[in-house]
Amino acid sequence: MLTDIMLGQYFPGNSFVHKLDPRSKIVLTLTFITSIFLANNYISYLTVGLYICLIVLVSGIPVKIVLRSIKPLWIILLLTAAIHLFMTPGTTLVAWGPLSITGEGVKQAVQMSARLIYLILISSLLTFTTSPIALTDAIERLLSPLKRVKLPVHELAMMMTIALRFVPTLLEETDRIMKAQLARGADFSSGNIIKRAQNLVPILVPLFISAFRRADELATAMEARCYRGGDNRTRMKELSLGLNDAVATLTVFILVLVLAWLRWGWSA
Amino acid sequence: MSIELQNISYTYMPGTPYCRDALLDVSLKIERGEFIGIIGHTGSGKSTLVQHLNGLLRPTAGTVCLDGANMHERKQALKSVRQKVGMVFQYPEHQLFEETVFDDVAFGPRNLGLCDEEVQQRVESALECVGLSVADVAKRSPFRLSGGQMRRVAIAGVIALRPEYLVLDEPSAGLDPCGRDEIYAQILQLYRTSGMAVVLVTHNMEDVARMAKRLLVMDHGRIRFDGPPVDLFHDETIQLRDFGVSLPHVTSLLKTLRTHGLDLDDTLQDEEVVVEAIRSALKRKRDSSC
Repeated sequence: MLTDIMLGQYFPGNSFVHKLDPRSKIVLTLTFITSIFLANNYISYLTVGLYICLIVLVSGIPVKIVLRSIKPLWIILLLTAAIHLFMTPGTTLVAWGPLSITGEGVKQAVQMSARLIYLILISSLLTFTTSPIALTDAIERLLSPLKRVKLPVHELAMMMTIALRFVPTLLEETDRIMKAQLARGADFSSGNIIKRAQNLVPILVPLFISAFRRADELATAMEARCYRGGDNRTRMKELSLGLNDAVATLTVFILVLVLAWLRWGWSA
Repeated sequence: MSIELQNISYTYMPGTPYCRDALLDVSLKIERGEFIGIIGHTGSGKSTLVQHLNGLLRPTAGTVCLDGANMHERKQALKSVRQKVGMVFQYPEHQLFEETVFDDVAFGPRNLGLCDEEVQQRVESALECVGLSVADVAKRSPFRLSGGQMRRVAIAGVIALRPEYLVLDEPSAGLDPCGRDEIYAQILQLYRTSGMAVVLVTHNMEDVARMAKRLLVMDHGRIRFDGPPVDLFHDETIQLRDFGVSLPHVTSLLKTLRTHGLDLDDTLQDEEVVVEAIRSALKRKRDSSC
């Protein structure tokens, strides 16, 4: 049931991509996402696509799973493609009543959808190959310069870690409570919207109670182990940059250069 | 009149690296009026198995039939299945949500679309069944009760459905010995008076050995033993330890005494009877050695 939902799920593995330092993975992903906006013709989009294929191959994550991450967003994709297809002015290819498809529209629709798909794929690849804990760790380190301006970076990262940690737990809990109420004859799948919202009360009340209980227990457990924030805290896994990260950075650098060249040529 | 599982298998999260087979080719028939204990270590598939009994889980392979009709054929059928097969989950007090005990117990009967008088009558008899006084608790908030009382309210919420089969998943988990004995006494009482079938899931051999007439031992998603508890304890070929469960203390005591030459019947279960038997066996031994 609910526990089958994929939520930026981590796929344990031992590949080159998995072993990269999470910090470099975040920075490179951001660079990559920015560089997608350099692409303005089919060849550059193809290049970006090939690069993503390369990452998927190296990471060893089943293609089916990677593609599944697009599924929740297909409506947005479809809408985007349709709007670009019909709304872009240019030379008309087909006209059908007030709607007309232009040559420019086709190009825009294809490229925009490709851009969206790439964005989804690359960010899911990041979460597929990096455990949530490593991710928040990296975010904490990347944001640590902001401590100078009194931003509570460690606390924010800790909150994120805890929130992520409890997503599966709460999903499981929801599943359990839902089953318990179903067993008492509750019905979650019929009736109008107001009825359905009312039907959620038997799930939400126990869920909130258990969430608060868990939060309380966690706070006690942290206090019992003398947790007092980020100052002078050492970590079990020190992040360190290695040869892997240099190689990955190089490939992204080359990709950016190629995209820039495809856009502006040698002249710029 | 039975629940019948035919060759069912269940896999959690198929097609992902977290995929796990919880049940493998399990077949089982539960008749009305039986008292069945299901025992096995953590992760042996007990809870997954019982969730198939009222259609909360749909088997990956195989069929589940109630009174000869496949549960998953029509969606409407599931609602009546859930009325006939009541299910008490682990820590059932975590499912309480209403403002008063009365309303919480009434949740199930109201979902069945019963009239107010019938609901009232069912709630009162269900609360009595679990040993709570209607006058004392009905108007109180369930969250102000003690842990043991909350659990009983939650069990009453399922009993109020008047099921023909009652499935209880670890009903005594987290209770003190006193609360445990009370809950079990009430379950037994209910079983004897109502004639419903009871399926009791636990990993504590003491509990089932006393009550269940039929015992299932689960291990790695399969049923390893199905029969009366006495047979299990005296079948020398079965190594209970391999399944992560142990003999009841009484039985292992009797077995040990037998190996030391006391003439005892090791099928006895009731404590007082056992004490008496040991006493007379000791006396016989003393007499014969004199």
